[in-house]
Amino acid sequence: MTMKTVLKKTNGLTDNPTHYCPGCTHGVIHRLVGEVLEEMDILEDTIGVASVGCSVLSYEYFNCDMTQAAHGRAPAVATGVKRVLPDRFVFTYQGDGDLASIGISEVIHAAARGEKITVIFVNNAIYGMTGGQMAPTTLIGQKTATTPFGRDESIQGSPIKVCEMLATLDGTAYIERVSAHDVPHIQKAKRAIRKAFEAQKKGLGFSMVEILSTCPTNWGLDPFESLEWVKDNMIPAYPLGVYKNKEGGK
Amino acid sequence: MGKVLMKGNEVIAEAAVQAGCNYFFGYPITPQSELVAYMARRLPEVGGLFLQAESEIAAINMVYGAAGTGVRVMTSSSSPGFSLKQEGISYLVGSELPAVVVNIVRGGPGLGNIQPAQSDYFQVTKGGGHGDYNIPVLAPASLQEIVELTSEAFDIADRYRTPVILMGDGMLGQMMEPVEFGERTQPELPEKNWATTGTRGDGQRRIITSLELNAEALETRNEALQKKFARIKENEVRYEIYQTGDADYIMVAFGTVARITMNAIHKARQQGLKVGLIRPISLWPFPEKPFIETRDRVKGYISVEMSAGQMVEDVRLAVNGHAEVDFYGRTGGVVPTQEEIYQKLLSVTGGITV
Ligand SMILES: Cc1ncc(C[n+]2csc(CCOP(=O)(O)OP(=O)(O)O)c2C)c(N)n1
Ligand code: SF4
Repeated sequence: MTMKTVLKKTNGLTDNPTHYCPGCTHGVIHRLVGEVLEEMDILEDTIGVASVGCSVLSYEYFNCDMTQAAHGRAPAVATGVKRVLPDRFVFTYQGDGDLASIGISEVIHAAARGEKITVIFVNNAIYGMTGGQMAPTTLIGQKTATTPFGRDESIQGSPIKVCEMLATLDGTAYIERVSAHDVPHIQKAKRAIRKAFEAQKKGLGFSMVEILSTCPTNWGLDPFESLEWVKDNMIPAYPLGVYKNKEGGK
Repeated sequence: MGKVLMKGNEVIAEAAVQAGCNYFFGYPITPQSELVAYMARRLPEVGGLFLQAESEIAAINMVYGAAGTGVRVMTSSSSPGFSLKQEGISYLVGSELPAVVVNIVRGGPGLGNIQPAQSDYFQVTKGGGHGDYNIPVLAPASLQEIVELTSEAFDIADRYRTPVILMGDGMLGQMMEPVEFGERTQPELPEKNWATTGTRGDGQRRIITSLELNAEALETRNEALQKKFARIKENEVRYEIYQTGDADYIMVAFGTVARITMNAIHKARQQGLKVGLIRPISLWPFPEKPFIETRDRVKGYISVEMSAGQMVEDVRLAVNGHAEVDFYGRTGGVVPTQEEIYQKLLSVTGGITV
């Protein structure tokens, strides 16, 4: 009997084992980014920018040159890299606390300037690394370490919808929100990441893919329930779809 | 090129461009804004890039990104903006990236004012950001000296893979003097084989980071950094001495204050008072040698500063109890006059005794 390889590890990732919790979709999203970089044959021309959060060590996992940014500053660091090396591919990999809280200014301005970078934005509606505190993306009613009675709009305000907001800026070329909660959506997520990198390749401007992701550890749910929670609670609050495509079409 | 009349801030900018700095990320703040504007005009002429960031925090992080690719890059600010840059500066040190950061100091704390001051001395010489670190700080006293020290700042940055601070007070940034840009000879510097430019060049994956989760490993990194700081201390001390040989009293001042102090010394010398000057040019590493050489034979030192007394602490450490150390300072952006300094000198020395 001969065996056929149906799936193999992407060369876009190193052999280092990741440290993510069981059931966390950070790992899946890493793989998608790695596959896209490999399939587009741009791994060797890419400089990734790791952020702060559970993905702080992502520079150990992506098989390309990487630089580590301060909390929230990845888009500014990426700007510095890309402005010096305009013919290389530059991406950031950021969580929602990193991007939508401390780093909201950096991402808005990078988008407004039309920086030709790609932002991989992992939205798990919570701060993972620091132990499950409220993020700007935490849902109304969601309990976290710092919203023990559930996020109350009258106290903590309402969740920030990053795709919707950035899509209003002229500098953005491609903005899509996807989810990593099941296989069809994961495949869609990969297509979105590819489109975002292609927008960068064509020099169209800033591109971002927001990926709804899980945090079983801090949500207090098992991995399967977490995937359900994304589907039932996050997608209604964060509608999936293409929010900007400078080239037109969906 | 001959002599040209220029503003201090513009001299820094031009000197940086001539030192091969083609990338500048900045944010406006008085009294350094001319530097930003000069770069905006000048860098496109040399095929470089100027970008106005959305904040000082973004600017220093853009510097971090650019520095990681191996190019010469600079940012500049003044006190409140410099405070914001401390985050990025700590990361530059931790990741061992070379860059030049200019601080044209104004009166503080808080929003303070836009008058010249030296009250960021602690902030620039004692670390400033989080973690154990020191950064080379150069403090020119004239526009001609800026030309030289700006290019040296880039060389030091590249030699040690460290950010370097160029510090002046608002007066230095704003005043005009004739300057000459001579031919530069760049010393031999280490190759930047650590730069992240994509692996296509040599197939080597490179990582720039200041993160080290293992305590022992981080301690090892810190020890290596400390060794580097020790090398900088050994090799990069700069100072000027003036008539310290026969002096009974030695004034200590840096930057433009040193020039005013020098005038007070001239006056005192005319009156027969034996007074000299030590002018630290590198604020870190602080020049201890001229103090060690004089402290056992002088009666005392007087540190003159545009602060409430910051450098005087380093003077005391260098003197180490061997002689009296006095202080004269003005704050809030007030520039001490020659006459004030002279009067202070008289009161400390007890005037002219024949
Ligand atoms: C300046 C600064 N403030 C706070 C922190 C602490 N911190 C580390 S990770 C994090 C939140 C990250 O959350 P998120 O971006 O949502 O990523 P996740 O961990 O959920 O993947 C915070 C606040 C820090 N490292 N730096
Ligand atoms: S804490 Fe949450 S986000 Fe972080 S690795 Fe674990 S599951 Fe993933």
